[in-house]
Amino acid sequence: MASLESYLFISLILFCLGLYAVMTRRNGVAVLMGIELILNAANLNLVAFNRFGGLAEHLPGQVFALFVIVMAASEAAVALAIIINLYKTFATVNVDEAHEMKW
Amino acid sequence: MGDITFSVLAVLVIVTAFWVVTSRNLVHAAVALMGTLFGVAGLYVFLYADFMAAVQIIIYVGGITVLIIFGVMLTQRIGDKMLVQTTMPNRAFAAIVVAALFVALASLIFKTPWHRGDLPEMDGTVSIIGNALLTRYLLHFEVAGVLLLLALLGAAYLARRAHG
Repeated sequence: MASLESYLFISLILFCLGLYAVMTRRNGVAVLMGIELILNAANLNLVAFNRFGGLAEHLPGQVFALFVIVMAASEAAVALAIIINLYKTFATVNVDEAHEMKW
Repeated sequence: MGDITFSVLAVLVIVTAFWVVTSRNLVHAAVALMGTLFGVAGLYVFLYADFMAAVQIIIYVGGITVLIIFGVMLTQRIGDKMLVQTTMPNRAFAAIVVAALFVALASLIFKTPWHRGDLPEMDGTVSIIGNALLTRYLLHFEVAGVLLLLALLGAAYLARRAHG
């Protein structure tokens, strides 16, 4: 039987990889993938604590994770709209080359 | 049997997440991300979260990765398939920060005396989550609806073709 620590450890690895992607990737879409990894790590933690905390009444961890998924979906849509706009304006999606707010 | 499945899922999640982070081809990274999200959905099943697993597959695997692949295709020229990362000193700095954070958090995870409990047996979580969403978390539910509407309008506004 897998314990709470094993889930937390998997989620820790996911979080560290996502953070590394956010810090090293130049392409905006790849940065977005790193953010999705971080959000998944957080969700895995929430659901794991819900089970091993024995919170059966309203399942608060799972409902919280559901709201995080809602937020992640809207965040991905807006971020991709911004990236496509960036590409139309600067002809690049590298986040370090786009350092002007207005063109 | 359960332990073997859990190990397979854990390995799947970690290996594909490594691939997402290190792949130099953006389309490969997107497909690997799909594998990671599938693996996390499998782990949700082990955590007695059947509804969350279904939502994870429908929204993440069916929605967000498709959106990301669209983003890749709309912003790449045919020629440049290679994905450039940042310069070497920057990458080394990031690796040091991430490794330090990893060690700190791992020691925290294995040293903390966590509260021990477990969920009782139940036939599915859908009715519990549905009731909770429309009673205790009603306000949060409505705010999430407004957030989705705003994201829809905002994304459509940002991505439209500019006039004049």
